[in-house]
Amino acid sequence: MKHSDVIIIGGGLVGMTLALALDRHGLSSAVVDAADLPATIAPGFDGRASAIASASARMLRAIGLWEAIEPHGCAIDEIRVTDGLSPLHLHFDSRDADTGPLGYMFENRVLRTALLAAAAQAANLSVHAPARTTAVERGATGARVTLDDGTVLAAPLVVAADGRRSPLREAAGIRVGQWRYPHTAIVTMIEHERSHGGVAFELFYPSGPFAILPMKATGDAAPGTRSAIVWSVGSDDAPAYLGLPPRALAAEIAKRMGGFLGEVTLIAPATSYPLGFHHAESYVGERLVLVGDAAHGIHPIAGQGLNMGLRDVASLAEVLVDGARLGLDLGDPQLLARYQTWRRLDNGLVASVTDALNRLFAIPGRPAAAARRLGLAAVERIPPLKRFFMAEARGETGDLPKLLQGLTV
Amino acid sequence: MKASEAPAPAMTDASIDPREVALFGGIAAEWWDPKGSSRLLHAINPARLAYIRGQALDHFGRDERARAPFGGLRALDVGCGGGLLCEPLARMGFAVTGLDAAPENVAVATRHAADMGLAIDYRAGSAEALAEAMPGGFHLITCLEVVEHVADLGAFLGALERLLAPGGLLVFSTPNRTPQSYAVLIVGAERVLKTIPEGAHDWNKFLTPDELTAALRTAGLSVRHVTGLGYALSRGFAIGGDTSINYIGAATRA
Repeated sequence: MKHSDVIIIGGGLVGMTLALALDRHGLSSAVVDAADLPATIAPGFDGRASAIASASARMLRAIGLWEAIEPHGCAIDEIRVTDGLSPLHLHFDSRDADTGPLGYMFENRVLRTALLAAAAQAANLSVHAPARTTAVERGATGARVTLDDGTVLAAPLVVAADGRRSPLREAAGIRVGQWRYPHTAIVTMIEHERSHGGVAFELFYPSGPFAILPMKATGDAAPGTRSAIVWSVGSDDAPAYLGLPPRALAAEIAKRMGGFLGEVTLIAPATSYPLGFHHAESYVGERLVLVGDAAHGIHPIAGQGLNMGLRDVASLAEVLVDGARLGLDLGDPQLLARYQTWRRLDNGLVASVTDALNRLFAIPGRPAAAARRLGLAAVERIPPLKRFFMAEARGETGDLPKLLQGLTV
Repeated sequence: MKASEAPAPAMTDASIDPREVALFGGIAAEWWDPKGSSRLLHAINPARLAYIRGQALDHFGRDERARAPFGGLRALDVGCGGGLLCEPLARMGFAVTGLDAAPENVAVATRHAADMGLAIDYRAGSAEALAEAMPGGFHLITCLEVVEHVADLGAFLGALERLLAPGGLLVFSTPNRTPQSYAVLIVGAERVLKTIPEGAHDWNKFLTPDELTAALRTAGLSVRHVTGLGYALSRGFAIGGDTSINYIGAATRA
């Protein structure tokens, strides 16, 4: 039997960051993942990219991951939000405030590579992958996880970082509030003629948002000429778009961009994800805690999904490190309650604002469009409101855990 | 068990009140149920552990970021109940002895520590008897929510003084004797909310900080620090400020 402080089921971006944050503070983890993790860093594994808000970036710096990924990231200096191609827009410029970028764009592959390399070096971290759990027992005095190779792991706490359909959450009988949007996200990567200049564009169309997110150019490409596309289309239309040859799909994308970045070429296959919203009614159970997509999933409209997961990580790491120093059982309901109180309200707020934003922009017709434009212009002209949205984009609202301030606990 | 059936205390056990022992022995099985009759103790535990850790770090000059900074030091928890304080102290690195007058509590504590894989020396008996067996034996003595239950305060505090090693630290907590504590602990917690077993406290036996400080001084111990142990709706239990309901403090040999 192998003992550790926590057993983390799921070695994705959120689960592995948690393991490393705990390791940084001397707490040990056993990470279990069903996937062959090195295969997930092969070029072209999924072509997905993520926004890392500046608060999340501070945590990655504090736990020693930043140096490895920084050269591959693209700073988001500005966010421009418009109603379609309307000239009236909402404009967040970090250079106004002189406080550094609002966030950074990374290929998920870059993040995974850095996490796996750091995990291999970490003293208090063991990775069990590919491995499946055959039994998870949680009781009054501890938890035990049995793997398909016969290994038995023991710890006072099990962390479910096992994704939106979290089998651990299901087994614990924790219910989830959820709905599907009638939309599908088409995700791909493009090269374009003109530089994005570090600007993230969010264009709202009645079928949903169309986001152009600045990526670091690779190889011989001129600086600023690569972007990630997250394009929300009606689910009924998605198969038709996905069936288009790359050149034709690039033309569809270019049409929605209004040509302001020049010629567009597709450089990754387009993949699609049904869009939905889910929020677990509880983040905790007996010797169990949910993080990331296992606890919540939102519309990717504002690029906050992974950042919400990383905020879970920062809060849970602080709660567990504080608890360990007080000598508490790490499965103590007092500790789990502190994490739940800290995170659930914040996540619920982000989720409802995002949902409202999406619904607002999905209302067709000219009066709605006029109201939206007026609303965007109003936010633009009311400094406190604008500061709130900028802080939200940076991931700086709410009671900030130490790691998100760039400090260790 | 009725009070009249409780065993008569031995000569050296003047501090033990048999009715108190019977009450707390009777709830032994519920010590580790965070939703049971001990739920208030579970809720208050992180705040008082933070105070003990902070005072001990300061007193013994240990590393505040270390997980188990108190290696090489022996701790005694007097009135240990089911071991709610002993187990965290053991994880902080102390070699821990837990003392309780009720054998039922010691049995629960011993079994739970074994389940958690912790080595803790639990003993049933009185502080006076242990002081004869292990004088000067402990660098840290914790005595939380106990002095209000003992029959002979002077004898009890004298025993704690004898148990303390030279340069050692005593941490105590107890309810204050004020109208506020009567309202909150006796009427509110015991009778209305029932978060504390009814009859657990005799308000007339509560001590004010001044009275306890004087009694400790008589026993040869000098109070270094006293602060409130309070409850705020927003944050739960927290250390600091108002001492009118409950207070916690630290003392060393005078």
